[in-house]
Amino acid sequence: MIGFDEVQVGDELPVLHTKMISRTTLALFAGASGDHNPMHIDIDFAKKAGMNDVFAHGMLSVAYLGRLLTGWVAQNAIKKIDVRFTSITQLFAEITCSAIVKEKFERDGSKLVLLLIDAKDQNGDIKISGSAEIALN
Amino acid sequence: MLNTSDIGKVFPSVTAAVEIGRLRFFAKAIGENNPIYTDEAAAKDAGYESLPLPPSFFFSLKMDVPNPFENYEKVGASLAKILHANQAFVYHQSVIAGDSLTFDSHIADIYHKKAGALEFLVEKTKVSNQRGQHVADMTTTLVVRN
Repeated sequence: MIGFDEVQVGDELPVLHTKMISRTTLALFAGASGDHNPMHIDIDFAKKAGMNDVFAHGMLSVAYLGRLLTGWVAQNAIKKIDVRFTSITQLFAEITCSAIVKEKFERDGSKLVLLLIDAKDQNGDIKISGSAEIALN
Repeated sequence: MLNTSDIGKVFPSVTAAVEIGRLRFFAKAIGENNPIYTDEAAAKDAGYESLPLPPSFFFSLKMDVPNPFENYEKVGASLAKILHANQAFVYHQSVIAGDSLTFDSHIADIYHKKAGALEFLVEKTKVSNQRGQHVADMTTTLVVRN
């Protein structure tokens, strides 16, 4: 795994590109994630609630951000993830996850890296943005 | 409408098993190809006793009850009007398949914006394992669009 000294402020993590979000993606994610909110899987319910169609679970893109991080470091190095959902992720979106090293610091004897993370769609619109703390040796 | 008198309200605790099949299904659903999330032997090679719980999956297990949105609906946040605004996880200890997690949640805050057109509910959850160890904390902020 990458070491604390190998990481510099301004470094970017390898970008994670994900597949287009289809209705199948949402059906599988609903079942696997346990979020059965019909807004994500039932077009009739979504229309009744004033939407044009179903839209993606915000937590799907958070899971993609999780993949970005666990693709970079071991899972147990992740100490914190804090994200804001900035806009709805539409059906057929293609999400790209990226992260940049914002800060390196020590706290309670641990060496930590603060990442700024975000998930964007194919138009470059930010869907989720936030931060993550990673402990490195 | 939400009511600020519900700040501090404690929700019934939820206990959920971390099932290996469910973790594999989740990996498939999110396109996770790293074998440590699907193959126990690969997880063991990586130093885990079984498949590790992916970072965001705590949120899923907390919903492992017959009606996961009931708590919100009871305080006036109906399903058709809520959106997820913020989500935070703080991790203290690893969780693996075979563990059992207990989620203790309460309403930490309720506030309004735009003259009540947007209402926010902040829920904080402490996650403990079957040995009583504090493994994670979650903060969920929902927005109700009135």
